[in-house]
Amino acid sequence: MEETRTTFEIPVGPVHPALKENIRFTFRVEGERILGVDVKPGFVHRGIEYMGMRRNLIQVLYLSERICGICSISHPIVLVQAVEQAAGIEVPPRAQYIRVIVSELERLHSHLLWAGVAAHELGFDTLLHLSWKVREAVMDILEELTGNRVDYAIPIYGGVRRDISPEQMPKVSEMIRYYRGLFEELSDTFLRDPSVEARTRNVGVLEPEEAHELLAVGPTARASGLRKDVRQDWPYLVYGDMDVRALTPEDHGLEVRGDVFDKIVVRLLEVAQSLDLIERCMEEMPDGEITSFPKLPALLAHLKKAEGEGIGRHEAPRGEVIHYVRLEAGQEGPSVWKVKAPTYSNLMPWVPMFEDQEIADIPIIAASIDPCMCCMDRVHVVRSGRPEEWTKQELLRRSWEKTRRLCG
Amino acid sequence: MILKVLMAQLFSRPVTNRFPAKYMPRSVTGFLAKVGQGKAKLVPPVPVPKGFRGKLAYDRETCIGCQLCIRVCPASVIMFKPETKKIRIHVARCTFCGQCVDVCPVDALAMTEEFLLAAYDRFDPSLIVE
Repeated sequence: MEETRTTFEIPVGPVHPALKENIRFTFRVEGERILGVDVKPGFVHRGIEYMGMRRNLIQVLYLSERICGICSISHPIVLVQAVEQAAGIEVPPRAQYIRVIVSELERLHSHLLWAGVAAHELGFDTLLHLSWKVREAVMDILEELTGNRVDYAIPIYGGVRRDISPEQMPKVSEMIRYYRGLFEELSDTFLRDPSVEARTRNVGVLEPEEAHELLAVGPTARASGLRKDVRQDWPYLVYGDMDVRALTPEDHGLEVRGDVFDKIVVRLLEVAQSLDLIERCMEEMPDGEITSFPKLPALLAHLKKAEGEGIGRHEAPRGEVIHYVRLEAGQEGPSVWKVKAPTYSNLMPWVPMFEDQEIADIPIIAASIDPCMCCMDRVHVVRSGRPEEWTKQELLRRSWEKTRRLCG
Repeated sequence: MILKVLMAQLFSRPVTNRFPAKYMPRSVTGFLAKVGQGKAKLVPPVPVPKGFRGKLAYDRETCIGCQLCIRVCPASVIMFKPETKKIRIHVARCTFCGQCVDVCPVDALAMTEEFLLAAYDRFDPSLIVE
C-alpha cells in the first residue's frame, strides 16, 4: 500500500465558541498536529476614527474610552497625552499621579480577568470563578474612585475629573493588603498546579528572536524574555520617578521559555508590580489642583484655537497603545486621529506560536496574547458591497499616499 | 490549595448577592408586583458608593437653557426644546460619563444612585427626563 500523508484545513471563526471575538483562523493540520495558520482579521471594524473626526474633542474622549471595554482608561490616557502635546497643555502633578493610580488599577483588573479567561480556556472553570471572585475587590475600588465599574471617565485634557479624597485612601490600602495576602495563594494555584502546568508548559512557544522580529508588545514580548515596556523605555506621566522595570519570568527565578506558562508568570508578577506602584503613588501624591482647566468652556475654546500634532503612548495591560492626533485651528474635532491597539502588534506572533501544536491547544494559545479584536480592527475594504482583500504592496502604497497627504 | 478553598466554600455564604430574590422567581414582574403589595420580600441590591454615576436628574427651574450640555454630550442624549428653552434627556442612550453635570454652569443636572433602568421601549416615560 502506498503511504499517503494528507493535510486538512480547519477553519476556526469568524464566529466560534473557542473565540471570544470575531477573527478567522485557517489551520493546516496533519492529524492532530498544526502545520501552519493563516490569520484573517477585519470582522469587527467600527469606523471609530472616522466618527471621532466628526465630533468635538470632549466627545472624542468618551468615544476613545469605548474602543476597548477592558482598557477603558488606556485609550483616553493616550488620547489626552496626544492632544496635550498638540495643544501645549500642562498637567498638574496630582492629576498625573491619579492617572497612574487608575491605570495601574486597570492593569490589576485586566490581568485577573485574563487569568480567569485562561483558566476557562484550559477547562479549569473552578479557577475561573476563583479569579473572578478575587477580581471583585479591585472593581469595587474602581467604582468607589470613579463612579463606574467600567468606562471610568477619569482623564480630561489638562488633568483628571475626580480627585481621590482622604476617606478613600484607606479603602485602597485595604485592597492592596487583601491582594498581597492573596498573592501567595494565587501564584500557588496557577504556578504549582500540575494540570495547569501540563496544559501550558512548552505550549505556544514564542522564541525571543521571533518576538523581536515580529514586534510583539506587552506581556507577550516580556514572556519571551524581552525587557520591553513603555513605562521603562519611554517614561511618561510620573512613571519616570517610579523606577518601573519590565518584568520577565527570570524575575521569578525561572528560565525563559516563551510558552503560555511564562505568560501566566509575567502577568502574575505584574499584578504584584501594580500593587507596589499604586501604594507608592498614594504615598508620594502631592496636594494641589487636579486640572489646569477647571472651566470646561475655556478648555473647549483653547482646543478650538490649538494647532499642531501629537503622539501619545502608554503601556496598556496588553502592551503598547499609540494615538496620533492632528489639530487644526478653528476646528473643534481632530482633523486626523489614528489609533494603534496592542493586539495589532501581537497578531503576527500567533503564527510561530501555533506551529507544531495540537488542535486541542488552539483556545489557550489564542487567548495567551490576551487578544482584543475590536480594539485592533482599523480597516475593512468593501467595494460594491463585497469585501475585498489587499496585498502587502497595495497596503504599503496606500499608506505612503496617506502619509504624503497628511504631510501636505 | 484550591481544594481547601473549595471545601471552605461549601460552608460559607455565596459571594454573589441574590438580587432580587433568593431563588429566581418564575416571573420577575409578577414578583415585583407582589413586593409592592407587601406579600414578598425583596433582596436589596448591593449599595452603590458615594459619587456613583447613575440616571441623570434634571432641575427644570434652575436650567437657563445655555445648551452647553448638548455641546459636550458624547451620545447626543440631550434635546433642546426651543419653545420653552429647556432640555429633554433620553436616558436610554446615556453613557453615564457625567460630562453634562460637570459643564452645567448652574448645577441643574446631577447624577442619582438609580441604576435599574431596563425597559422594553426606549421611549418609555421612565427613560425620559425633562
